[in-house]
Amino acid sequence: MTGRTSAVGAGVDDRVTWTPVDDLEARAAQLRTLVLEMVWCAGSGHPGASFSAADIVAALYFDVLQHRPDDPRWAGRDRFLLSKGHAVPVVYAALAASGYFPLEELRTLRRPGSRLPGHPDVSRRTPGIEMSSGSLGQGVSFGIGVAQAARIRGLDHRTFVLVGDGECNEGQVWEAALLAPHWGLDRLTVVVDRNDAAVEGPRGPISPLGDLAAKWQSFGWAVEQIDGHRMPEVQEALRSAGTRRDGRPTAIIATTRKGHGLSIIEQSPTYHADPLPDEALRQAVATLSPTGSSYLDVP
Amino acid sequence: MTRSTRDAFGESLVALADDGLDFVVVDGGVSGAARTAPFEAAYPDRFLNCGISEQNMVSVAAGLAWSGVPVVAASFAAFLINRAFDQIRLQVAQPGLRVTLVGSHAGITAGPDGISAHAIEDLALVSALPGFSVGVPVDAAETESMLRTMVTGDGPSYLRVSKHKTPVVVSERPCTAPGSLRVLRPGSDVTIVSHGVMVPVVLAAAERLESDGVSIEVVNAPWLSPFDEAALSASARRTGCVLVVTEHLGAGGLVGAVTAALARRAPVPADWVAVPGYAGSAPAGDLLRSTGLTVDDVVGAARSLLTRASGTPAAPAGHELELSALGGGTAPEGTS
Repeated sequence: MTGRTSAVGAGVDDRVTWTPVDDLEARAAQLRTLVLEMVWCAGSGHPGASFSAADIVAALYFDVLQHRPDDPRWAGRDRFLLSKGHAVPVVYAALAASGYFPLEELRTLRRPGSRLPGHPDVSRRTPGIEMSSGSLGQGVSFGIGVAQAARIRGLDHRTFVLVGDGECNEGQVWEAALLAPHWGLDRLTVVVDRNDAAVEGPRGPISPLGDLAAKWQSFGWAVEQIDGHRMPEVQEALRSAGTRRDGRPTAIIATTRKGHGLSIIEQSPTYHADPLPDEALRQAVATLSPTGSSYLDVP
Repeated sequence: MTRSTRDAFGESLVALADDGLDFVVVDGGVSGAARTAPFEAAYPDRFLNCGISEQNMVSVAAGLAWSGVPVVAASFAAFLINRAFDQIRLQVAQPGLRVTLVGSHAGITAGPDGISAHAIEDLALVSALPGFSVGVPVDAAETESMLRTMVTGDGPSYLRVSKHKTPVVVSERPCTAPGSLRVLRPGSDVTIVSHGVMVPVVLAAAERLESDGVSIEVVNAPWLSPFDEAALSASARRTGCVLVVTEHLGAGGLVGAVTAALARRAPVPADWVAVPGYAGSAPAGDLLRSTGLTVDDVVGAARSLLTRASGTPAAPAGHELELSALGGGTAPEGTS
């Protein structure tokens, strides 16, 4: 099972071709396992933020995105842009599991000379990475540029941007939110990974976000609200996003839980940026991994 | 006849597009002032106004360039560079994308708009970014030629243009190639290197000094990055001392590029006439006087430097802002 490579546009009315939910859930579990193993190898790397986005990323890479892992710059590919750059381990995991580069390369996360730096960095030429991030709040604007370029170049691909709720405290997010509907970018989708936690702990973004759906709607976006860990909802929303042709971009507000999928991560803010201890990692891999064993031969 | 490089920029955009160059223009809600409006009128499908949101605009430009669409992004220099510096660094400089930033109303000659609009740090900031081409054209011909070089280049660049109207200097021989500089007037006693709106001031100072028997070599150095250290050093060795004249802070910018080149290649006495600090709100001519950027100031600084270079102790030029230029007004709480 690798990313779909057909040139046929993803839609909601061809369900027979949809990747089964069970398969996607297994992929999400694989991504979470890989994240724990990579972060353990690196000694740091934001497992919590990766976990909250794992189901969304799995649905994108193993069902929704039109992409060709053996041809990362294929002009017709859907674009995925990670604005919450600290969640990049889960994206590296998805890229490796899709076939962009070998799984073993995940062991090089954050190492000297690696193509897998601590935050997305296109100057490292990581196959499949489309935008540098790590300073928060810039991804939606970049996505507007990418979506507008598609229009200029006569391409019909979709553009997905994943933002965190913490970074919605950045003003630039709202500058971009104003602009995209004005330019009629209905092939652009923003997914807000709303885990109601931030680097300083479980109390959430310091300036509370309130009714996010109402906010995006009032800015002119078509809004979907989903449970970001219920795979059928995730798949359905991402499949239909960007398929409307009414000029409105799509905002998917995905309610998530930081560290979802493993209680030790979910319950401790320590694992915003820290790896699990050895024994905890062994137990986690045994619990999470669809194969029951480690992918990267750790610890 | 005098013209501003801002006006020249607006006309150049249309001219380059008429010549078939492939690029779009993004603007930060200042299409009239930044002179992108004529391009919008001529090429509406290639003009994208982001509104007053410089950070957003720079990231949008980066997304376009990443997708293979070359971009010229224009706004006031003070807001484009200072406000969006993080976006410029992460999404333009680090990936090395084909984005040409154009900052208008640069320097203190933006005049009565006051210090919020006076970009006097922009060159220091942008030329600190690895891989960025940075330039300050002297007149209309050089504006078009440098813009063409930047738009057709393969990496990020910044062109600084002015609202201030100045005479034609190099209509026949603009510095087109990245890093190039040109001796506008050969001389033997002092090298004066400058760029942008200050070059005509330097040329007038050179005339006056010549009539007093002091021979000045005037160098127009529109490219800060890359910078032709060898050519500048060759001039320094001919004259034995170098004065930098720039409508920018002495920190970084042209002063930084020149003094670094001299330190490495031709350590001769040097000094600078530069903007000493935040200048106030007044017509450009008044601000040039209050900050010490007039022909008289350049003449005085060149004489002092020549005296020092000749072995006679003399204090470096130094230009202190008169406190009156800063005005009185409200002090922060807790200060006396």
